[in-house]
Amino acid sequence: MAEAQLLPRDLELPLDLRLPRVGAVDAVALEARAGELAKRSIKKGSKLAALDLAIRMMDLTTLEGADTPGKVAALCAKAMHPDPADPTIPSVAAVCVYPNLVAVAKRRLAGSGVRVASVATAFPSGQSPIEVKLSDVREAVALGADEIDMVIDRGAFLSGRYAKVVDEIVRVKEACGDTHLKVILETGELGTYDNVRRASLLAIAAGADFIKTSTGKVSPAATLPVTLCMLEVIRDVHDETGRIIGMKPAGGIRTAKQAIQYLCVLNETLGTSWMTPELFRFGASSLLNDVLMQIRKQRTGSYQSGDYFTID
Amino acid sequence: MAAKPPATRAVPSPLEWEYAPAPEARDILALEERYGLYIGGEQVTPRSRKWFPTISPATEEHLAEVALAGPRDVDLAVQAARGAFEGEWTALRPSERAKYLFRIARLIQERSRELAVAESLNGGKPIKESRDVDIPLAAAHFFYYAGWADKLEYAFPNRKPRALGVAGQIIPWNFPLLMLSWKIAPALACGNTVVLKPAETTPLTALIFTDICRQAGLPAGVVNIITGDGSTGAHLVRHPDLDKVAFTGSTEVGKAIRRELAGTGVKLTLELGGKAANIVFDDCALDQAVEGIVNGIYFNQGHVCCAGSRLLVQESIYEPLVAKLKRRLRTIRVGDPLDKNTDLGAINSRMQLDRIRELVASGEDDGAEMYQPPCRLPEKGYWFAPTVFTNVGQSSRIAQEEIFGPVLSVLTFRTPEEAVEKANNTPYGLSAGVWTEKGSRILWMAERLRAGVVWANTFNRFDPTSPFGGYKESGFGREGGLHGLEPYLRFDR
Repeated sequence: MAEAQLLPRDLELPLDLRLPRVGAVDAVALEARAGELAKRSIKKGSKLAALDLAIRMMDLTTLEGADTPGKVAALCAKAMHPDPADPTIPSVAAVCVYPNLVAVAKRRLAGSGVRVASVATAFPSGQSPIEVKLSDVREAVALGADEIDMVIDRGAFLSGRYAKVVDEIVRVKEACGDTHLKVILETGELGTYDNVRRASLLAIAAGADFIKTSTGKVSPAATLPVTLCMLEVIRDVHDETGRIIGMKPAGGIRTAKQAIQYLCVLNETLGTSWMTPELFRFGASSLLNDVLMQIRKQRTGSYQSGDYFTID
Repeated sequence: MAAKPPATRAVPSPLEWEYAPAPEARDILALEERYGLYIGGEQVTPRSRKWFPTISPATEEHLAEVALAGPRDVDLAVQAARGAFEGEWTALRPSERAKYLFRIARLIQERSRELAVAESLNGGKPIKESRDVDIPLAAAHFFYYAGWADKLEYAFPNRKPRALGVAGQIIPWNFPLLMLSWKIAPALACGNTVVLKPAETTPLTALIFTDICRQAGLPAGVVNIITGDGSTGAHLVRHPDLDKVAFTGSTEVGKAIRRELAGTGVKLTLELGGKAANIVFDDCALDQAVEGIVNGIYFNQGHVCCAGSRLLVQESIYEPLVAKLKRRLRTIRVGDPLDKNTDLGAINSRMQLDRIRELVASGEDDGAEMYQPPCRLPEKGYWFAPTVFTNVGQSSRIAQEEIFGPVLSVLTFRTPEEAVEKANNTPYGLSAGVWTEKGSRILWMAERLRAGVVWANTFNRFDPTSPFGGYKESGFGREGGLHGLEPYLRFDR
């Protein structure tokens, strides 16, 4: 496999002189700030608005070896009508599956406005030759994926071969064409917030439309501080270049309360302009039902058992 | 990326997402109509026959009446403290003394919500701060000093520590219960008895504390709380039967106390004003530094003696830093102190608000550039928007005098030497902050900054194990940690 030697010529980040240094992240202060925002108390109308938004931002995900057309079809039905008893509940943003199941999902979701996202590039490890990764992407696009969730080569990143990381993303982006590209950093394997910041900048420089925390296969997956760290990068990039990048925390977000905490961090870091499914997604498989349960609690004043919400 | 120009979509139109009010319930707090003085273990009617109202600075709502102690009341309180010192309290084994302190600490924890609500209601500070900072730290101080009570000889090896006697203690209004614990916990741990005067505008938590003393079964007279105004404090300081005076408050009053006590042999510690430099180097973690700056000056409405009120920014990052800071200011939520989402509460008193306004006006007259984020301040009560001044000269009053409000003055520097020089160029010396990713520079700076506390990549962090106190006009003596025991002890050798 050829090693990338040079950064792309029109690379904007991080080496362009008009940009700030990659910069540093102070872990203690970052976690303190995230912890502070997690304590926001969201009640009544603002809570309902947040829960509704959380559903519209959700990438309902199944990424198992055991996934079948039947399982994906059920998930698609849930994605379109999360609560069949309540027509006011919106559809989720997208369904996220492996490439082999893109066609099934596409067919099931036709005309619904729910998008199909496919993981690719030798998900979840990214430890395959670039040609394999590219053909993975091309196949998923050809099968009808609207969005590609790629993984970066953490092996290359952690060994300091940043150019290889960038080069791969650039080529995946080319292979995507107009298909929306989310770049998964797998922050749980990067070790430090400084690395998360650097990887975010690399991904954005190389053409990511979204940056995403995790595959969901590594623990820890998304955390509030890591999301805050990435949102700060997005904010810096917007300040410096005007480019607008989206964010997707994925993995480990299971409760409505957590989702609201993420929305508070988003709101107080990037502002309400970023509070749209176009620019923020939750990658989650079990979050949806807790959100539905909380909405019903908020509306009726009482909790109902899990049996009143369909499992998929 | 290679092929496509960068996306320059317009940012989508904003979604309206306002946080609904989330007020902390007040019903846990049952206030009496009128509070007497706490002398000799009992609530007593003041001999002065004088009372004054205490209010909520956020709404000017009347909360209760409290006694205004006169000279006769002060005398009775000191006599009660003397009696307890010469009797039961000194006769106790140190480990028994410790038990009372542990008990008080646990009771503060048990009643933390009530205390937090009282603190925010009476002082104007956001409930999240009284709930997460003031009250837990107050309990922590009692826990910490409880541990020392029977180990004083280990704290000072080869010396023989003994209690001083009766301590007169005067505390400020910015952290009422926390300052009370900074004063009472070490004094009691060392075997002294105390007469404490809470600040005129914030007596409520000290009055609730008297009930905690009662619950803890503390022997009568060990703690005496006398409410009142400046005259009460003056009577206390002048009382001839004190062995020790501890004061936290303004430099002006501190100087007067020192003059008063000169030559009397009464031991004195003073914790006074500050004008701390928060020094930001260009290699810092920028977004976290912005958080630290905000915490440094807007925490508790800037009513913090060690507030980072002078921001010294390396000129090479001045513009991005100030831009980030201003944007961050726009997210600060100003309003009802009892709302759990409030970041900046009410100014403590009309008097303090007037002082802030006067200094801010002087800043504008000096030609400094003022920025305040758009925010709607409540009509009733005392409020001041978070404020940043840029283009501030070192000679400007807003760069020299303590404002004690949510007002930050931004100055620049070019080299570490210049930063030290500017930081030290003040009559104060309570605290300082250094923001850099370079460890060696932190140490280099800390060695040269003349301040009692130097924080690195953080600000306004407190812990009972860590001593706190000032240089120069910020006072002398240390509170907290092992050092905090010494002002309450005499040594036979």
